[in-house]
Amino acid sequence: MDLRFRGAEPSEEERAAVDALLGPPASAWDGGSRTEADLRFAARAEAARDQLLPALHAVNDRVGWISEGALEYICRRLTIPPAEAYGVATFYALFSMKERPKRVLHVCTDLACQAKGAESVRRRVEDHFGPAGTSWHESPCLGMCERAPAALALEAGTPPVAQVYAPATPDTITTMAEAPPSSNGSTPSVKVTGETPERAAVPQAGQDGLLLLRRIGTVDPASLDDYRAAGGYTALRRAFDLGPAGVIREVLESGLVGRGGAAFPTGRKWDATARQPDHPHYLVCNADESEPGTFKDRVIMEGDPYALVEAMTIAAYATGCAKGYLYIRGEYPRAVARLQHAIATARARGLLGDDILGKGLSFDIELRRGAGAYICGEETAIFNSIEGQRGEPRSKPPFPVEKGLFGKPTVVNNVETLVNVLPILERGAQAYAAAEPKLFCVSGAVERPGVYELTFGATLRELLDLSGTTGTTRAVLLGGAAGAFVTDLDIPLTFEGTRAAGATLGSGVVLVIDDGVDLKSLLLRIAEFFRDESCGQCVPCRVGTVRQEEALHRLSRRVDDDDLVLLREVGQTMRDASICGLGQTAWNAVESAIDRLGVFR
Amino acid sequence: MIPLQPPRRLIDVEIDGETVRVPEGSTILDACAAAGKDIPTLCYGDTLTPKNACRVCVVEVEGARTLAPACSRKAEKGMKVGTDTERARQSRKVVLELLGSSVDMSTTPRAAEWVEEYDADPARFGDDAATVEQPAKVDNELYVRDYSKCIMCYKCVDACGDQWQNTFAIGVAGRGFDTTISTEFDAPLTDSACVYCGNCVEVCPTGALSFKTEFDMRAEGTWDESKQTETTTICSYCGVGCNLTLHVQDNKIVKVTSPHDNPVTKGNLCVKGRFGYGYV
Amino acid sequence: MSYDRLTHPLVRENGVLRRASWEEALERAAEGFRRNVAKHGPNCFAMLSCARSTNEMNYVGQKFTRVVIGTNNVDSCNRTCHAPSVAGLSAVFGSGGGTSSYQEVEDTDVIVMWGSAARNAHPIFFQHVLKGIRKGARMFAVDPRRTGTAQWADLWLGLNVGTDIPLAHAVAREIIHSGLHNEAFIERATIGFEEFKESVEPWTLSAAEQVTGVPAAAIRELAHAYARADRAQLCWTLGITEHHNATDNVRALINLSLLTGHVGRYGSGLSPLRGQNNVQGGGDMGAIPNRLPGFQDILDPDIRARFESAWGRPIQPEYGHNLTEMLEAMAEGEVTTCYLIGENPVQSEADSLACVKRLSMLDHLVVQDIFLTKTAQMADVVLPASAAWCEADGTFTNSERRVQRVRKALEPPGEARDDIWIMCEIARRLGHDWAYDGAEEVWDELRALSPQHTGMTYQRLADLQGIQWPCPSEDELEPPYLHGRLWENDPSKRGMPAPFAVLRHSPPVDLLDDEYPLRLTTGRRLDSYNTGVQSSGFASPLRRGETIELCPEDAERLGLTEGEEVRITSRRGSVTAPVYIDPALRPGLVFMTFHFPDEVDTNSLTIEATDPLSGTAEFKAAAVRVEKLVKAG
Repeated sequence: MDLRFRGAEPSEEERAAVDALLGPPASAWDGGSRTEADLRFAARAEAARDQLLPALHAVNDRVGWISEGALEYICRRLTIPPAEAYGVATFYALFSMKERPKRVLHVCTDLACQAKGAESVRRRVEDHFGPAGTSWHESPCLGMCERAPAALALEAGTPPVAQVYAPATPDTITTMAEAPPSSNGSTPSVKVTGETPERAAVPQAGQDGLLLLRRIGTVDPASLDDYRAAGGYTALRRAFDLGPAGVIREVLESGLVGRGGAAFPTGRKWDATARQPDHPHYLVCNADESEPGTFKDRVIMEGDPYALVEAMTIAAYATGCAKGYLYIRGEYPRAVARLQHAIATARARGLLGDDILGKGLSFDIELRRGAGAYICGEETAIFNSIEGQRGEPRSKPPFPVEKGLFGKPTVVNNVETLVNVLPILERGAQAYAAAEPKLFCVSGAVERPGVYELTFGATLRELLDLSGTTGTTRAVLLGGAAGAFVTDLDIPLTFEGTRAAGATLGSGVVLVIDDGVDLKSLLLRIAEFFRDESCGQCVPCRVGTVRQEEALHRLSRRVDDDDLVLLREVGQTMRDASICGLGQTAWNAVESAIDRLGVFR
Repeated sequence: MIPLQPPRRLIDVEIDGETVRVPEGSTILDACAAAGKDIPTLCYGDTLTPKNACRVCVVEVEGARTLAPACSRKAEKGMKVGTDTERARQSRKVVLELLGSSVDMSTTPRAAEWVEEYDADPARFGDDAATVEQPAKVDNELYVRDYSKCIMCYKCVDACGDQWQNTFAIGVAGRGFDTTISTEFDAPLTDSACVYCGNCVEVCPTGALSFKTEFDMRAEGTWDESKQTETTTICSYCGVGCNLTLHVQDNKIVKVTSPHDNPVTKGNLCVKGRFGYGYV
Repeated sequence: MSYDRLTHPLVRENGVLRRASWEEALERAAEGFRRNVAKHGPNCFAMLSCARSTNEMNYVGQKFTRVVIGTNNVDSCNRTCHAPSVAGLSAVFGSGGGTSSYQEVEDTDVIVMWGSAARNAHPIFFQHVLKGIRKGARMFAVDPRRTGTAQWADLWLGLNVGTDIPLAHAVAREIIHSGLHNEAFIERATIGFEEFKESVEPWTLSAAEQVTGVPAAAIRELAHAYARADRAQLCWTLGITEHHNATDNVRALINLSLLTGHVGRYGSGLSPLRGQNNVQGGGDMGAIPNRLPGFQDILDPDIRARFESAWGRPIQPEYGHNLTEMLEAMAEGEVTTCYLIGENPVQSEADSLACVKRLSMLDHLVVQDIFLTKTAQMADVVLPASAAWCEADGTFTNSERRVQRVRKALEPPGEARDDIWIMCEIARRLGHDWAYDGAEEVWDELRALSPQHTGMTYQRLADLQGIQWPCPSEDELEPPYLHGRLWENDPSKRGMPAPFAVLRHSPPVDLLDDEYPLRLTTGRRLDSYNTGVQSSGFASPLRRGETIELCPEDAERLGLTEGEEVRITSRRGSVTAPVYIDPALRPGLVFMTFHFPDEVDTNSLTIEATDPLSGTAEFKAAAVRVEKLVKAG
């Protein structure tokens, strides 16, 4: 391509960061020095657009922001037009195109944290660091709701450091912890400090009868041997016995449906992908868990990373994928580190790569990090993000099983869905279906917040009995920001049961609201979240989320029937006419709060 | 010999109760055209892959949970489409209100007509409603970018990018309501990759992109389309034979477009054909 | 600078041009022609017809030359660009047009852009190339510079200027030695293969690498890709034709298509890209010294007879002078009067000083143009014309042989008049009472005489958005590519076999030495056009004026910085221009345009070494040196 550059040069550090990812440039035409051979012939560079997001991360991780020189260098290396790369870089909240301090603090002000005193932390940070925007930001949900209020500091360097503040207090939030030395002398991709043990997020940890959470807190997440000693890789062995078609039959018969929110039968998705004549097929694990109040996937990835690696291998075997992408949200440094380690060790032991377990299966996993965009958890936006495009959802049809990642048949499942495949194969479809497990992310006004595993059919009340509640429970937000408020605690926690109650299980969020919470400001936070996270592609969502927030601001000052009508009309249009689930659900919680909680009466 | 086009099957689709037969692969919009239905569109472009971003063309497809964009959704055998249902009309009305309240649509052809047809009231969001109002970018003598008129249809980006021009001078930057069409680091056009082919101007549906001549004449109140003639002729700058449609007012060329169905240009020109008419 | 349009006729009086009435100017124009022809005979007259004007104008122009004056001395500026393509193609296939259509470039498998910076010089053609690339075609670019075109290529081959024949020969030898030549096609449709095979034998990959500078592996890849492709397009522009042996260059490329059978089929063909809007049409209309309208050979008595009976006047049974010969004949005093329509040879010809000298020897020069160009300033009579593409009706023919309608959108300024009206007025004063009621009447006369245009009524041209020739029937359309006959099974339908050419490498005439160590090549920029007369009229933000472009290494070696004014000197002339550093160049290779002759007369540097077969000059290869300017004092 005849790209035009404005002539900004990268610093040595920026160049080194990019070269560390991509290797040295192959010729003068993609950023190397001029040789005589370069001036005589040149071959088209291999297409590598999908390396754009990793390259932006590489610079941002090392330098803390992306200068024009760095962006131009990335563009030369990858043959990407600068205007396009700029459009991609500015799509993600974790990147800055302006110089900023190496250390940036992300203070969660989202639902669960708001219910737990995030405001006082935010005020302390503002007093200490000044106005938000450079050295600190207000952040959407960081997925540490069980330890709310939370904050996360990301510091650029080699390696970058992530410091977790959870729970954050006004006193601790301004302190900086020393990063612990690397245990094995190697340089990790990111150093994480301030974390708590994984089992703290799982109140049931160590209890008998758990299927999905059984290893968390009891097995060393960094040890493949421990994992195997605790039953790991028996499911993959079973899968080889069954053959790909047999695996799909088990998954179909188990009745497993997607846990990401849409509840589509997983077996049907796998079957449809496996049957596609077009090749290659891709597997994408959606670990871009960003729905406010959701943290179960993080807990699995941090506490039982090999389970995900094994489950992805099985999915790939069943659907004929040689390549899997694991897309983890950028704000999950510990999950990233754990999975990088798990993938590397699995590869070293022949559990990834060519001829897995000597069975002739070739499959490998590439880990990709998100960069602060809720919408990339949408099943087609995630493809665009991996491909190095802006993370905008695609319109469906065509569906991913037909044209997904790189335009090829793709099976995309979230973390919880995939790890359910292990007990299905270990126990058999019938035994699994008889006691199908479901994870819930319980936060807010409860005594023991965390991830809970229940068998489908338990009621909301039974769940809250386990977690205990504090204060007077006024309502429960089921399914996150895209979900709905309910007040009836006896609804069964099944897809059908919640649907009948005009709610959704969604991603398994159970956010308990007591009477001390200001519902209006909670709704405003929800509206702000959607306005902030709208990709901007379609009009109903891009403008509708703004108009919704504006109307809620007016309504929290003064209730006006016209504004209620307006909200309803805009909400219905977002629901009917938006491209993707974000816009289609942006009005759900607000609607339920108005209708069921009478918030603007 | 000349390869034959692959055979196309015909399918029957029901539009507002009337059955029309269209080739497989046609969109609902094609089927609507075949049925004589006038569906409003803004981001749809006849030379571009549908982006279905504006959602003003939504129709109701029986059995579907949400409304479908007519411009991009493929018609399927036996599909039952309602173009004028209450739900579709309501969505179009609100979409027009959302657009009209945030973007200056004064130079968007047919916008006023649709606002009336759908009884839309863009003013209902109040005076404080956020808009994309901003000063027009006048950074060169050939064309003007007035993004207060931009509805983010992506057509200019597609025309500049891999669908036609492959220059990639502009992209979509930012996110959500703050999304803009931008060069890298928002550099002025004169410092960008822009080659001034004006193919973005050709496809802009709202007048956000316009010839500087048109922009200036509108500013001084002399732009008058009723006094303009359009004549299609051939560009004289090289031997490729591009078709130019000259828009002439008072014996002066005020704008140049190109026929979208022409086999040579498909609506595209280069800087000389589009803007190099100064000498006549 | 920008030019103002001519709005009234001018005549020379006491050495200066003054305003005149149409009557006076036409009378003066006609009188000069009459006087010279009476004195020296019809062959003292030469017409340069306008490659930018309509087919109809060119038809009338050549008819004026042949009927009113009675000579075949008519030519146009395609001499400076694409005459070699016409000469080469017609020698092999009997017809001078490009063989393919734009759509085929989108539908092909391999595209070779040889000496063509189409990305900038033919942007809309290149959009068709890009469509092809996006659909999976592989593209190869052969160009000394790594141009925008080359940057889109799967493989760019940066050969030395003027080594196209060695490269093409090495490609051919590699194809033959790898057994990839199309034996069936060679057998049935060509002649001279054995001699050709022998002639390319010395050009091994390593021999070619020595001469061209392109690594053997890259040449091999091009050879294999082109030969193995099911469909392949070979496109070229002035990088091939502006050389002293340009017709040979063209033949060298045609050889490759014959070797592989990449001609005469959908998706496979040869596309020379025309530099001016109606270069193709000018030739088709007979505004060249050797062909009558419809590209019909003037030496064919039957054809001549048809025209003589239609025009009522005998036609000389011999070729007239081409542009280069005309200029020489002016120097010899054989051509004494010239009718120059829309051409600016003073600034577009190589070695421009020599051209001025020759024109100044004419007894009577009439220039018909829309601007008072440098050439017009030398005229005895200047006639203000309308701009063909927007102030006249008619047709143009593009590089894919598509005849398209030109329509009048504007009234010409002041007293400027339509070209055809002007010619008819002069013809009338010379005793031929011509009158055409509009361009369509001219076109219909042409259609009756040219079988390849017969089916193209104005109505059909409008309905179908142009028609590609040949179009002998009003009811049918021919395939979009030419020479399908070569693939016919029946030898009688196959017609004349296509001959391979045995060629020799001949390096650029202007040799490099210690005194002139740099190779200067010239070309076009995206936003400008030829001598800049038209394109200077709009405010292109891309325009940066004339510069001498050189590579970073040469700039460093010569101690030059960007923007610095330097002196560029060749064996013929010397100019100054600011430095522009372009990484697309390599050491020893420098580049200039010819868009700004009023500021920097690049063509005072170039060499008038011309191709003997087509008369085109070697604009692409001059030897120069670049020097820092020494500050006075």
